[in-house]
Amino acid sequence: MTPKLPIYMDNNATTPLDPRVLEAMMPYLTTEFGNAASRSHPFGWKAEEAVDKAREQIGALIGASEKEIVFTSGATESINLALKGVAEFYKDKGNHVITVRTEHKATLDTAKRLERQGCEVTYLDTDKFGLISAEQLRAAITDKTILVSVMLANNEIGSVQPIGELGAVCREKGVLFHCDAVQGVGKVAFDVEKDKVDLASLSGHKIYGPKGIGALYVRRKPRVRIAPIIDGGGHERGMRSGTLNVPGIAGFGKAAELCQQLLPEESHRTYTLRRRLQDYLFSHLDHLELNGHPEHRLPGNLNVSFAYVEGEALMMAIKNVAVSSGSACTSASLEPSYVLRACGVSEDLAHTSIRFGIGRFNTEDEVDFVKKYVVDQVKRLREMSPLYEMAKEGIDLSKIEWAAH
Amino acid sequence: MAYGDKVLDHYENPRNVGTMDKNDPNVGTGLVGAPACGDVMRLQVKISDDGKIEDAKFKTFGCGSAIASSSLVTEWVKGKNVDEALTIKNTQIAKELALPPVKIHCSVLAEDAIKAAIADWKKKKGLTEQPAAAAPKEKRVDG
Repeated sequence: MTPKLPIYMDNNATTPLDPRVLEAMMPYLTTEFGNAASRSHPFGWKAEEAVDKAREQIGALIGASEKEIVFTSGATESINLALKGVAEFYKDKGNHVITVRTEHKATLDTAKRLERQGCEVTYLDTDKFGLISAEQLRAAITDKTILVSVMLANNEIGSVQPIGELGAVCREKGVLFHCDAVQGVGKVAFDVEKDKVDLASLSGHKIYGPKGIGALYVRRKPRVRIAPIIDGGGHERGMRSGTLNVPGIAGFGKAAELCQQLLPEESHRTYTLRRRLQDYLFSHLDHLELNGHPEHRLPGNLNVSFAYVEGEALMMAIKNVAVSSGSACTSASLEPSYVLRACGVSEDLAHTSIRFGIGRFNTEDEVDFVKKYVVDQVKRLREMSPLYEMAKEGIDLSKIEWAAH
Repeated sequence: MAYGDKVLDHYENPRNVGTMDKNDPNVGTGLVGAPACGDVMRLQVKISDDGKIEDAKFKTFGCGSAIASSSLVTEWVKGKNVDEALTIKNTQIAKELALPPVKIHCSVLAEDAIKAAIADWKKKKGLTEQPAAAAPKEKRVDG
């Protein structure tokens, strides 16, 4: 059966709002419009109740208490607040920050700004799967190190870092540990106690919640301090001023609650669907490379290089399916994915990568449609590819002197 | 990024995809671009003894705009004589396909492919002192 088109299979970019989340938000978009900071009347009390409930729901998802959740406009702000806030507050203790080459731009660009402001930043290299090790982290920590920032799961290649082992090293060395948990939370196990995480950035819209809402977990025991980056009315215990986005927060809370309830079943289901797609592609096409770790990865994430077929061309060919590519041609910069490059993937292959992100609302019918569609279109484009023809003739493409342009 | 109708048309119904015998003395082959840059075009032209392009074939590794640019030039060069074909400019290709600035390099590559294919043919025929190579770089109008 042909599923309804277009098919959304880019759930690492964003996720659709779960109808149950919208339902939880509706009162705060309509009748319960109060300001959560209004202490003097029931409009404010209702809003504050909703916010408190959401704090509990989000805290429960990550093993934190409601008092440790600071709401922000999204994970980019959370990451900025964690890195800049720690660097500022602990500047007398040290100025060294450690992160990883494959982190999201929200982390890397914030780290670059910290460098311009006098911090020293170490960017750890990863293995070919995009992972770092506890030993590698331990070796990078100095007596000036104040913060380590590592993502739970990579947004492009889906690889899941050994957060618990990294957290243990940080705890032992007395260094704060921030985890960008945006992609992994709700999909793989994550617990701030077990994983010894001091700060964690979260996003609503990656877990079937609304856009424009995020949170920063800030540990209370032992207490972690951060300097605010937004000044104003002193909301969120002074860490993030600004009137709270009550409908967004209510939705984020409900989304977190659903993730917690559904996690084991949903992980299994998205994993099964992803394997169904992956196994079909790899058994029907040659010259494919899986990007990211084969096992330690997000259940619904599949990132594949389709050698000799340019990524944007393939996306155009499967235009009824929403996916994304690490190809340069999808970005204004014309540079292929820095994440793939950091994993040692050649530029040639980086240009041919496609990311499939399977989520809560994808069906088996959709996966079966997509897998056949992709195989047909890759074959079609390879028939048009001079590189595929040359490779089939046994010509070593790396030996040709290409004129870079 | 949204694509223009003409890019989509050429991309979905590419003209003259194929391979000619590169050892045929009447066939000129131009291979331009680089896999590391995300696009490689191979244009082949079959040229009669009086210098007329009788047939053209392409294969392209690249984005939709690169495929469309190469498909378009196979149509344009067919029936032209060699000197006329060499007057095709990347700006004409870009204009015809309404390429956005970030895709102008695709049209540059297509122009280079014509020049490289004809240079290869000339070399085979002993008509030129220049080696078969990509077109002069100063003509590039990059986005």
